[in-house]
Amino acid sequence: MSSPSLAQPVGRRDFLKLTGLAGGGFALAFYIRSGGEAAAAETGDFSPNAFVRIARTGAVTIVSKQPEMGQGVKTSLPMIIAEQLEVPWKDIAIEQGDFDEKKYGGQSAGGSQSTPSNYDNFHVLGATVRTMLVEAAAQTWGVPASECRAEKATVIHTSGKSLKYGQLVAKAATLPVPAKDAVTLKQPKDFTLLGTRISQFDTPKIVTGKALFGIDVKLPGMLYAIYEKCPAFGGKVVSANLNEIKALPGVRDAFILEGNGKVKELVPGVAIIADSTWSAFSARKQLKITWDEGTVVNESWESFLKQAKEKSTQPGGKTLRKDGDPDAALASAAKTVEAQYSYPFISHANLEPQNTTAHWHDGIMEIWSPTQIPSIGTGMVNRVLGIAPEKIKLHLNRAGGGFGRRIGADYLIEAAAIAQKVNAPVKLTWSREDDMRHDQYRPGGIHFLKGGVDAKGKVVAWKNHCFTFGEGGSPGSGGSLSGDEFPGRWIANYQADQTMFDTGWPMGPWRAPGSCVFAWVMHSFIDELAHAGGRDPLELRLELLGEKDDMPAGNAGATTKGKQAAASYNVARMRNVLKFAAEKAGWGKKKFAKGSGAGIAFHFSHRGFFAQVAEVTVSKDGQLKVDRFVTGVDIGAQVVNLSGAENQVEGSVIDALGVLMYQELNIERGRTVQSNFNDYPMIRITDAPTKIETHFLKTAFPTTGLGEPALPPVAPAICNAIFAATGKRVRQFPLSRTDLRWT
Amino acid sequence: MKYTLNVNGQSRSVDVASDTPLLWVLRDSLDLVGTKYGCGVGMCGACTIHLNGVPTRACMTPVSTVGKMKVTTIEGLAAASGKLHPVQQAWSDLDVAQCGYCQAGQIMTAAALLKDNPKPNDEDIDGAMAGNLCRCATYMRIRAGIKLAAGLTTAGKGGAQ
Repeated sequence: MSSPSLAQPVGRRDFLKLTGLAGGGFALAFYIRSGGEAAAAETGDFSPNAFVRIARTGAVTIVSKQPEMGQGVKTSLPMIIAEQLEVPWKDIAIEQGDFDEKKYGGQSAGGSQSTPSNYDNFHVLGATVRTMLVEAAAQTWGVPASECRAEKATVIHTSGKSLKYGQLVAKAATLPVPAKDAVTLKQPKDFTLLGTRISQFDTPKIVTGKALFGIDVKLPGMLYAIYEKCPAFGGKVVSANLNEIKALPGVRDAFILEGNGKVKELVPGVAIIADSTWSAFSARKQLKITWDEGTVVNESWESFLKQAKEKSTQPGGKTLRKDGDPDAALASAAKTVEAQYSYPFISHANLEPQNTTAHWHDGIMEIWSPTQIPSIGTGMVNRVLGIAPEKIKLHLNRAGGGFGRRIGADYLIEAAAIAQKVNAPVKLTWSREDDMRHDQYRPGGIHFLKGGVDAKGKVVAWKNHCFTFGEGGSPGSGGSLSGDEFPGRWIANYQADQTMFDTGWPMGPWRAPGSCVFAWVMHSFIDELAHAGGRDPLELRLELLGEKDDMPAGNAGATTKGKQAAASYNVARMRNVLKFAAEKAGWGKKKFAKGSGAGIAFHFSHRGFFAQVAEVTVSKDGQLKVDRFVTGVDIGAQVVNLSGAENQVEGSVIDALGVLMYQELNIERGRTVQSNFNDYPMIRITDAPTKIETHFLKTAFPTTGLGEPALPPVAPAICNAIFAATGKRVRQFPLSRTDLRWT
Repeated sequence: MKYTLNVNGQSRSVDVASDTPLLWVLRDSLDLVGTKYGCGVGMCGACTIHLNGVPTRACMTPVSTVGKMKVTTIEGLAAASGKLHPVQQAWSDLDVAQCGYCQAGQIMTAAALLKDNPKPNDEDIDGAMAGNLCRCATYMRIRAGIKLAAGLTTAGKGGAQ
């Protein structure tokens, strides 16, 4: 076997190796210090690795290395260490680590990878420190370590005598750090913390309004900046009334930045530096800029949509996969269905607008930023501004939402480029309008599908021509369909083609890239075929999945999405979680009156297996209400923080419902029409379902992440329920484009 | 222009342009950053504060209009002893937040709701909270938090139950 399947059980060693290869993982050797370095001499603390510090007072501090953006990782990963360390959760303090991958290993938060990349290592980290403390007590007492156990930050000997961790710090600091093989891990049956509900460590600060987020940063002598970019993507500044701006109250400076020619990096614009945010915002209203908008003004969503319709029947797309003879199978099918599905570009709309504070001092670029993948930002600062990596210091702030947006570092490089010209710390704050008009958008897409079923309703043919959007010649993040995307590989006569429209529009990963739209298209169309063939939607899905337990990777394309989909698909896990969710929901057992109904969908992404059932009511005037939403989750053997896990699933369900109901950007003449929440509505509490149930199916597989994989099947489950309720098929996002009224 | 404001029971003086929204006075001049900027047009509720007890959008309130009104921000919601307001306590017990950015605004709106209507029903809750966006969509827990704070439910195991 060349590489282990992500979906198969693996031993701990294999898993460490695997996650290291997958990126974001790291070898223990990098961050476990050698014995001589175990003590931090200056403080007298015991700190045998970069993540745990125990003071002589007994105070325990755990460093969280991953960026926190609401996924809960600042709480959940330290919980793993605390479990193994045997320290009560209430006695632990957590610090956010600065960006330092030499010290901490990978610090990227994206792709729901923080948990799988760190889970096993963090167990070893906590257990290593506990082992040393036990050994310190054993040596102090002159007894074998095997006669001692750790409990509640105390080592207890079988005789009953005990020493608190703080009392063992001096001794433990003189001991060699044991090899990881010499460390005994606490076993899942003995866990008392993992799997329980723990409120986020930052909760006390959140509920009392303490400074936490990037936008809250304030430094002595700090100035405030805005940065006006061309409304048309990538447009250049020809001239600006800088002298008039500089004369305005509170304004300290105004200048033009040329940019580096890349629409997702340092975009050209005008910076205004002022003594307060409001002075900067006010001065901005007086800006008069002549732009060179470039050729992007020839690109509009509506015109691409029209072109897609014209080209849908013509050959010319790139064939991603072809199995059997789909045309012949369609010709001989008992019934065929044709449908067009489309979804628009959407914004991430993090509630905390993009911002970064930077200070260029002493040859060092010091940065405070809410970022998901800090190395992208520092790499950009190095490349674009020519500052050596060792001269870049990056502090990580809590981010007011990520959803993939803060993988982009355009706002960070803007702040650094501005700071290079300002002799003071400077905080760049994007307005909401900046944020919406200069997002790195989730690409829209259009799919033209044809499917056929035989006389028994079995799916015998499937063709899809997908139109996607590219930037600089490659599809935008999540824009490229994979030949392996379900149900590719499962249908004997199958073809997927793709045509890309190249644009100058900035695109980026949006929560569960690719999956967040493809699951809707595929599971909606599967539902169409189920109804065409007179089959129960669950039963047809189980038939489609088939009897094989594993589906090897096929000939997927070389995109990131392709690589992920190319991972062998554990069909048994999907079948089991699908049956599990159906059982929890009571699928097929309920009778619904006209206007109400249930729908089902599933999806595998980000190493997680998810199946979902929606129950909805559509009023006669076409208003949707989701009455109940049931999720079956297989993310492996262990839920880390049950509270955070449920919160992620509930949030994903409502987020996906909101995208379905409301979100839509128009891009006209190379610019985004919408600018704020008045013309880009987001879901509010009034549309949130009252019953969202999350059921975890525990399996013997490695623990994986939850930031994304619950989202993809939500929209198809709901749309399939809408069809069951009304006979109306939703083939366009957002929902307002479909008339759901019925009589 | 110089203004003297009554913020969280204290008299605070600032010197800012008269059209400066209270939001930026709080954040930039008074270092009370718990009140958040989300949209600047009164659509998201992240900047919700109380003016004489009434939930108000600080981003839409020019400092010149505040006068002697009592400004309460998230930093001033707990008792002077530090004891959390029941809404803050419920938010902690139920781990309501994900990213947490909107939650100060949510808590301020919820606290005002319970002052007016100590035992709100589901419709009352949704109606009062409809102006506050939560991008992470923690709406289930926001509802549960308000019910817990109102004494309509008990915390149980914590989490979202």
